[in-house]
Amino acid sequence: MSEAAHQHAEPTGFIRKYIFSVDHKVIGLQYIGLGIVAVVLGMILSWLMRLHLGWSTLAIPGLEKLSPAGAPGNVMTPEYYLSLMTMHGTLMVFFVLTNVPFAGFGNYFLPIQVGAPDMAFPRMNMMSFWVTFTAFLVLIAAFFVPGGPPLSGWTAYAPLSAVGQDAGPGEGWGQTLWALSIAIFCVAQLLGALNFIATTLDLRTKGMSLARMPFSTWAWFITSVIGLLAFAVLLPACVLLILDRTAGTSFFIPGGLVISDRLQAHTGGSPLLWQHLFWFFGHPEVYIAILPAIGIVSHILPAFLRRPLLGPRVLISCLAAIGFLSYMVWGHHMFVSGMNPFSAILFSVPTLVITIPATIATLLWIGSVYGARIRFTCASLFCLGFISVFISGGISGFFLAQPSIDTYLHATYFVVAHFHFVMGVAAIFGMFAGIYFWLPKMVGRMMNETLGKIHFWFTFVGVYCIFMPMHYLGLAGNVRRYAAFTDDYLAPLIPVHQFITIAALITGAAQFIFLFNLVWSRFRGPKATENPWQATSLEWSTTSPPPFDNFGGRQLVVHQEPYLYGVEGSAGDYVMQTSPETVEAR
Amino acid sequence: MGKAFGVVLIIITLVSTAVFIFHDFHGISLWLPVDASAHGHRVDHQLMETMYGSGLLFVLSQIMLGLFVWQASDRPEGWKYKIFPGGAKPMVISAILLVGIEILTLSFVGSKVWADIYLTPAAPEALPIDVQAGQFAFYFRYAGADGKFGALHAEKIDEGSGNFFGLDPRNDVAARDDVVVASLVIPVNRPILLTLHSKDVIHSFYVRELRIHQDIVPGLMIPLHFTATQTGRFEIVCTQLCGLGHYQMKAYLEVKTQEEFDKWLKDQEAAQ
Amino acid sequence: MSQVDITAESGHAGLMEDSPYGIPSGKLAMWCFVISDAVTFSAVLFAYGYLRIGSPDWSTPFQFSPTILNGIGMTFILLSSSLTMLAAVEAVKAGRKSAGFGWLCATALLGALFAALHLVEWGRMIDEGWRLFQNPLGGSVHFGAAFFSITGLHLLHVVGGVCALAVIAVGYRRGGYNSIDVEVAGIYWHFVDLVWMFVFPLVYLMNVQ
Repeated sequence: MSEAAHQHAEPTGFIRKYIFSVDHKVIGLQYIGLGIVAVVLGMILSWLMRLHLGWSTLAIPGLEKLSPAGAPGNVMTPEYYLSLMTMHGTLMVFFVLTNVPFAGFGNYFLPIQVGAPDMAFPRMNMMSFWVTFTAFLVLIAAFFVPGGPPLSGWTAYAPLSAVGQDAGPGEGWGQTLWALSIAIFCVAQLLGALNFIATTLDLRTKGMSLARMPFSTWAWFITSVIGLLAFAVLLPACVLLILDRTAGTSFFIPGGLVISDRLQAHTGGSPLLWQHLFWFFGHPEVYIAILPAIGIVSHILPAFLRRPLLGPRVLISCLAAIGFLSYMVWGHHMFVSGMNPFSAILFSVPTLVITIPATIATLLWIGSVYGARIRFTCASLFCLGFISVFISGGISGFFLAQPSIDTYLHATYFVVAHFHFVMGVAAIFGMFAGIYFWLPKMVGRMMNETLGKIHFWFTFVGVYCIFMPMHYLGLAGNVRRYAAFTDDYLAPLIPVHQFITIAALITGAAQFIFLFNLVWSRFRGPKATENPWQATSLEWSTTSPPPFDNFGGRQLVVHQEPYLYGVEGSAGDYVMQTSPETVEAR
Repeated sequence: MGKAFGVVLIIITLVSTAVFIFHDFHGISLWLPVDASAHGHRVDHQLMETMYGSGLLFVLSQIMLGLFVWQASDRPEGWKYKIFPGGAKPMVISAILLVGIEILTLSFVGSKVWADIYLTPAAPEALPIDVQAGQFAFYFRYAGADGKFGALHAEKIDEGSGNFFGLDPRNDVAARDDVVVASLVIPVNRPILLTLHSKDVIHSFYVRELRIHQDIVPGLMIPLHFTATQTGRFEIVCTQLCGLGHYQMKAYLEVKTQEEFDKWLKDQEAAQ
Repeated sequence: MSQVDITAESGHAGLMEDSPYGIPSGKLAMWCFVISDAVTFSAVLFAYGYLRIGSPDWSTPFQFSPTILNGIGMTFILLSSSLTMLAAVEAVKAGRKSAGFGWLCATALLGALFAALHLVEWGRMIDEGWRLFQNPLGGSVHFGAAFFSITGLHLLHVVGGVCALAVIAVGYRRGGYNSIDVEVAGIYWHFVDLVWMFVFPLVYLMNVQ
């Protein structure tokens, strides 16, 4: 195998080694790096938005330089607020939540965890990253075109997104670039998903049966199957949107529209068609963001609980069930959209059913914490924090899944709280856990635990201060996507928004502790050993960082289940997957 | 560290729950406003049921997590882990049973509430009102003395001359006595049938006090019916992102007694 | 791409777990791609159906001659190309190099002929005044949009396939590609053929006057 697989010799030139590299580890780091750039950008955008929501006449120094039209006199215009909101959502959902836990960690660790020297198609893998990078550049270009970034939100509902400049600034060039960027992004994700599936099924080393694959590998695998089908729908949807915008078609634009006092030339299209296509992708996308985080957390937890999780098979079945159900529920985003009200009931039931596998998974984690002796590290704290925010975000799903209640809560801050908790914060906690856990493996240096714990406490308390109050605002009927709250009903709620803004600024600032820790540890951190956490899966059976072919020419053989911790009668309290010793089942 | 985590988590849980329970803070109400519609109490009831059920799940699971982490913090080196009594089985069974019953109840009762509001036809005596949304205002139209609405012509829409709906009174007799106003005035305790349509992009018709919410989709005529049970003045706001003026797009709903309404309508007819 | 195909063929047993489907990775990836691409086509066809149901003034402009006749000819050509593709796969599996090359070329030529006939068809419709946004008969403008985008998407697949087949044919003769690469190309080509079996009835036959 190793001779056959290593047609590619280790490259020596800088460009082949670090830029156009076919090495899945470098590609994984590139995805994570791109994700960090996107998350910093997205977070700064959210700061600007939050400041505007708290103090809508506040002048933010320097903003006018960034966008003379969007912020005359440094005060944000409502349309610029919407542009920032759109870019925040797009960057976060696509370039952070999809890129880091799935493409980033998946690329780096999936081959290693199954004992493969690389991905099944290394060159395609490289292409997939650079296509993603192109999509990122196209999206960022929207900041610099006339009219600025689009203002139709990350869901880009037609006809606002389809009719062009008449619908507002940003709906010209900006929106076209947005649609183009997402279309390109879809292509990259399809390439990535093919690679993940082929690698998981075909490149497992001897003994790594499907049942012995770690949770993270399972999660990446299930996610790539979801992505394979979901992005395949968003891609043509974006192409049709681009046709509507540039070629004069009317897929999403009905006739007789009068926009900016001009009668539009389009006829006969359906705005609901866009919503159906978008949410057929959009709901599975939520699981594309959260399943890898679930996998990562389930992978990391046992190493710090020093015990296997309860019901590992059940947990994997839950992930698969969530993935399967994700395709039957897209209509719950459309309860008030004007589709047949009867279908609301059809979409509501499977949505509620999803809470069952999600609850089982949560109870399995909580039950696994019972009776364990936890090693409290940054990684394990973020895992425990993940469980908590996942519960908080999931609970509000009970409300939004029911059409009768959703009619009241739809498009309020309750929804904002729900999805930020369950797919935003939870996935980010998974990412933080992943970085604290795996950085020693990826760069060969340990991260600073004290800084990490400070970072954890600020983040954990911070996200609750930011997103919990949004539930209350939603119950009071505070509508989302408003640039300011000017009317008699919403104005009294502004103090709550100011509280949220302050919490967001502090929590955001605490993230720079993390960035500092990351950079500092990369160069100054203590050297990491091969297996600093005394963990069992295959990535800990190689050097930190792993050599070009992952295992230095060795072909590993797997003898054990993935999470043998707390084993009695063994030399240590854990048994590596590669260890040939016989272990009695407990 | 584990004790700190447990304490912090339980404090977060209790404070979060307390705000739900007390929800009134020096004039800032963090709760639903008064219900002013005939069906609203059923929505509120359904919401409260869900609030109790999921609130209980929330508090229990967070406290359980906090407690277990607390316990796990001062165990000695070399601790042999204990398995939760019964292992994974009670977790799976309780999840399926508890959540299963919860969602069965919610979907049966909830679907009925939904069906009664959105799947029933309006009462025959309902007052028909035509609603047009556009960037960034709502306009309302009453049929006038003849009880008929004039036809709509998109090409005739002209904000400058006040022809918001695109009526053609010159050729269309039914359009001549249509009353077009900028706020929705309705009589109390009488079924209302709105027909919602939009002239440009998607908007939404949301009245918190009526517990009513419906997107207004261009190209579709969407019926929506309700009965207001309290007089007063409520906000109608747009909740579907419709462009730069989205945050200011609103109108007022004025619920009057039948006599006041009749007088108001007569005045409007005379004025137009 | 080649590294794993070789792995999968040789030296696989003993050192690695068996692939659950027992096929080379390249083939597996192609099957996955086909599934994903089928979803893409379904999405576009769904959009077509959705808009058509919503358009009371839908036009059905096609006549038996020339459009349907031409379509039947195209269908026949595409089906034949599937047969020649099968022959190519059989030949390369048996190691008959020049026969394999010949059949591959024949497949590519038939594909090119299909594309040419299709473009002629497009040209005729454009002459009649059909555009993505225009219906010369005055009915729903979605006809042109749906027709050109669906057949265009399919045509893109055919043209891409023809190019890929040409590259693989030449590469196979020179020894750069092996029989598995030919088989993988075959899966793609049959898929493109299969999609046409949906496009032809839905877009052509259902729009006959």
